[in-house]
Formats: sequence, C-alpha cells, structure tokens
Amino acid sequence: MRVNVNAQHCVGAGQCVLIAPEVFDQSDEGTVMVLVETLDDSALTVAREAVIACPSRSISLTEN
Amino acid sequence: METQSGDPISIEFPRRRRGQLSPPDEYASLREQPGPVRSALPGGSTVWLVARHDDVRAVLTDPRISASPLHEGFPTIGRNGTVPPPDQIPGWFVAYDPPEHTRFRKALIPEFTVRRVAELRPAVQRVVDACIDDMLNAGTTADLVSAFALPVPSLIICELLGVPRTDRELFESRTRVLVTLTSTDDERESATQDLLLYISKLITMKQRFPGRDLTSRLLSAGVLTPKEISGVALLLLIAGHETTANNIALGVVMLLLNRQWIGTPGVVEEVLRYLSVADRVALRVAVEDVEIGGQVIKAGEGIVPLGAAANHDHATFERADEFDPSRSARHHVAFGYGVHQCLGQNLVRIEMEAVFTSLFRRIPTLQLDSAVEDLPFKHDGILFGLHALPVRW
Repeated sequence: MRVNVNAQHCVGAGQCVLIAPEVFDQSDEGTVMVLVETLDDSALTVAREAVIACPSRSISLTEN
Repeated sequence: METQSGDPISIEFPRRRRGQLSPPDEYASLREQPGPVRSALPGGSTVWLVARHDDVRAVLTDPRISASPLHEGFPTIGRNGTVPPPDQIPGWFVAYDPPEHTRFRKALIPEFTVRRVAELRPAVQRVVDACIDDMLNAGTTADLVSAFALPVPSLIICELLGVPRTDRELFESRTRVLVTLTSTDDERESATQDLLLYISKLITMKQRFPGRDLTSRLLSAGVLTPKEISGVALLLLIAGHETTANNIALGVVMLLLNRQWIGTPGVVEEVLRYLSVADRVALRVAVEDVEIGGQVIKAGEGIVPLGAAANHDHATFERADEFDPSRSARHHVAFGYGVHQCLGQNLVRIEMEAVFTSLFRRIPTLQLDSAVEDLPFKHDGILFGLHALPVRW
C-alpha cells in the first residue's frame, strides 16, 4: 500500500506524526511530509489510524 | 423524548453534568435518535444537537457548515454564550471559515508543530516543578485549581506569547467573566475592553522591544497585521489557559478516583476523551442545505456538535462510559475536528503529561479533601471544569 497526502489541505495538526512518526513528519511550514511511501504491515496499521485521526482528511492509502 | 417528525424537543440546554465527571445523562438518548435532534434553546432559538461521533465529524468537516457567528441562525447559548463577538476583534480566527481562516492557520502552525512543541518540554517541566514546590512549601492542603491547574497552563502561555507573568491576574479574571454564561452584558463588555486594551499595549511593547516569543515572531514575520496579531494573541491567551486548567483539575480528580491508572500510558488521551470539557464550544450554522446523519439541516439553522456525546459513542468506543486508559482513544474529538481542530493540542498533551507524572510522583499521598459531589463544578460555564479543588496530602 502507498500513502498519499495533500499538503495543501493539511492544517498542521500533527496527529499523523504522533501516531506514525516512522511514516509522517511535518515540514518547517507545519504541513505533512511522507517519510516512507510504501508501507510494510506495521507501518500500515499506524498509517490507517493516522488516516482516521487526520482532521482535514488529507491522508489516503492506495494500492501500489 | 419526541421523535424527528414531531415538534422540536424542548430540552433545557445546556444540560448539566449532575455532579459526576461523565457527560450529561441525556446524551445517551440523543445518540439513540435516528440523527441530529431539533432542540429549543432557552431564549427561543432552535438548533440541531448532534451527538453521534460520525455525525459530529461530518458537521465539523462539511464546507456548507460555517463557524462564523455573522451568519444568520448561528447558535447562542445562554445570554451571550460566546467570547468576544468576532467582528470586534480582527484575527479571532476560530470564528472564520476558509479561505480567511486558512491564512491564519498557515501563519501559526509552524509554531505548534510536534517538534516545536517538544522543545517546550523543559520549560513546561520547570513551571510544573515550581508550582509543586510552592504547594509543598505552603503546607499540606491546597486548592489545586488556584495553586496548580490554573497557573501551570497560564504561566506557559505567558512564556510562549511573551506576556509578563505579573499580568496573569488581569487576563485570568477577565477570561473568567467571558466564559461564564451568567455574566451580564455589561460585565462581558467591560472584560472584553480590558482584554483588548491590554493586548494592544502588549503588541505595542513587542513592536518596540521584540523578544524571543511568538508575538514578536508574528510581528516581525509581517504575514499578519498587528491588529490581526492582537486578535490571535488574545485567542491563544484565553484558549491557552482556560480549557487546559479545566482538563488538569478534572483529570486529577479522575486519577484520584482511579488510582490504579496513575503513571500508566494512555492516561492523557483517555482523560481528554472521557471529560470532553469543550463539549459544546464548537458552535456552527449551515449556510447551505446539508444532510447529516440522514437529516436535512437547512441553510440558516444552527448546529451544536456535542463533543462529549461523540466521545462516549458506543459505536466508536467499546465500553465508552468506562475510564480505561489502556484503550486506543486516538480518534476522540476532545480537541474538535476539521480545520479548526485545536491549534495548541500538542502543547496541551505535553502539559498534561508533565502534570500527571510530576504531581503524583512528588505528592504520592495526594487526596481529595472533599466529597466529589460537593466539588464546585463549573455548571455555569461554556467549558466544563472546577472552580476549586480542595486537596490534602
């Protein structure tokens, strides 16, 4: 699975970073950055939580 | 309770939490209704109460639903349930919609990233330690609200914004007036003017003598105007101390009643979820017809998403009425949802972590000095909380 983000949409809440710090980070502007685009099983689990927690719905998961 | 096809339910709103820390009893039956529930507020206006977790999140993310009190039909709770009317204060961005809101959000999020907030840990710990030192030096009893729950977030937001500590009493007391539903219009007006005057003096001072604080950085960045920065500073000042003080005070009570969870992970998140002190703060109004939970809400109709109801939704959280820090509570809406989700939430988490760890470690014999039912809960406030918390050790 791949993780996709919409940094324009991002409101900088940082919940993705707290939930899945191995997958997400924040740029200096405060918006989301993806650290690993292709996810293994453990990363996928936390990435799914991040999708749900994201307040601006800026994260999505797609098949490779 | 009436069904959807009947007249608006006349329920007294807001509902009280009857001396207990969990949400009002009536929220469970609100969640059982097919969708949002029409409710008559005292004073005659009607609003839609939204109680289910999914529906609350839908309300807070739908672009046809506005956070602006300038739209017709925006709810008012109590006499005048909101803090200063937004048209008085440029920069009061909690009341703006995109794209105006976006500009403020983008200007501020660099200051509140996970990384930046983590850098504040030492300063937070210093404030927590100093407040505990003072409590211990003063004896073996205290009012934990005035001695700890209020000063901790207040002193931290002072440091962050560059507000002199000596000015704490001024903004705390005026904020108290604004968040109390029973304040008169005159009291509210006077408190607002005092705060606006204070903030404009702060801005002038920072323009002349920039410091290493957020206010000075915003001024020198020049993205927001000084007038807008005064509104932002006021919002952060109020939001930065009042809500957190309530979470700290009530969180301490929760842990004193559930001592087995002290020092365990997940406590902060579960305290936030369980208490939902900002239950009814995120007022909204539809600006176009929109369907929420199968119910059409028409343009011009007010909406009250109930965060505490959503956070106790059994469809989302197993055994939702249980205080269980071992659960995964990540998708609670205690900080709201959508573009307005609390800007300072990660700072709040750091504050609460430091508070719950240090307080019980340094005062292991801490206990309530009052029965829970006798505690002075803030039934007369926009936010749930405690006016005082007698403790001893």
